Amino acid sequence: MATPRSTLQIRTSEDIVRVRQEVRARAIEAGLGLVDQTKIVTAASELARNTLEYGRGGEARLEMLQDHGRRGLRIVFEDRGPGIPDIDQALRDGFTTGKGMGLGLGGARRLCNEFNIVSAPGEGTRITIARWK
Amino acid sequence: MASDVGDRIPILKLGDALLVTIQVDMHDRLALALEDDLTNRIVQTSAKGVLIDISALEIVDSFIGRTLASIAQIARVLDAETVVVGMRPAVAITLVELGLSLPGVRTALNAERGMALIRTHRADELDADPDGDAA
Repeated sequence: MATPRSTLQIRTSEDIVRVRQEVRARAIEAGLGLVDQTKIVTAASELARNTLEYGRGGEARLEMLQDHGRRGLRIVFEDRGPGIPDIDQALRDGFTTGKGMGLGLGGARRLCNEFNIVSAPGEGTRITIARWK
Repeated sequence: MASDVGDRIPILKLGDALLVTIQVDMHDRLALALEDDLTNRIVQTSAKGVLIDISALEIVDSFIGRTLASIAQIARVLDAETVVVGMRPAVAITLVELGLSLPGVRTALNAERGMALIRTHRADELDADPDGDAA
């Protein structure tokens, strides 16, 4: 069961900070420990920056999760940018088309319990991550 | 607005070292401004060391990590040693899992040890070149 909580627009680098702060607050609410909070906030920061830089802006939707007493947090990043032509390549460490180090996607995946990418060239990208307590 | 372009992270001078304590959740432009400001201050003050205290930072993502690495590399080219101190344990665990190794960045557990590293580095240099006038 997922409860929608908040939607944050990602248009500027300050918005990335707002995503981090909101994810932190929700991760605490979901009862995540300090290391898990840090992991999901860091993953969210990477993905929010991708949304801004590669997706030309978009949004982050946060949902609180409940599954048989287990709690967690899911975040969906969505943009209508150019999309990712080769997802496997994009997930590889060191691959980048931008000015980053290419750790964003692969690194974010390692920091989460669930990670899913849907992307089509010309249509945009939707990345879903979750971290469970 | 929570921040604007005028926001800067303060840089203090302590002997021949520069001291920066990052106390806010830095957005990307603020991190880049810090890199610029530090570069200028190293040259203006002929600083031999840069101590960056990140004990207040709740995360270090790839952008902040890259900025720290970049500052360390620029400082080295300008003959100054950079030490990053005070990384929180949860941040260290996350950085490693993210795959970020902070190339070229020296770290110390706290500011005191960081300053000691900078002093040692300086002393080694003076030993190697007591007059300080060799190329």
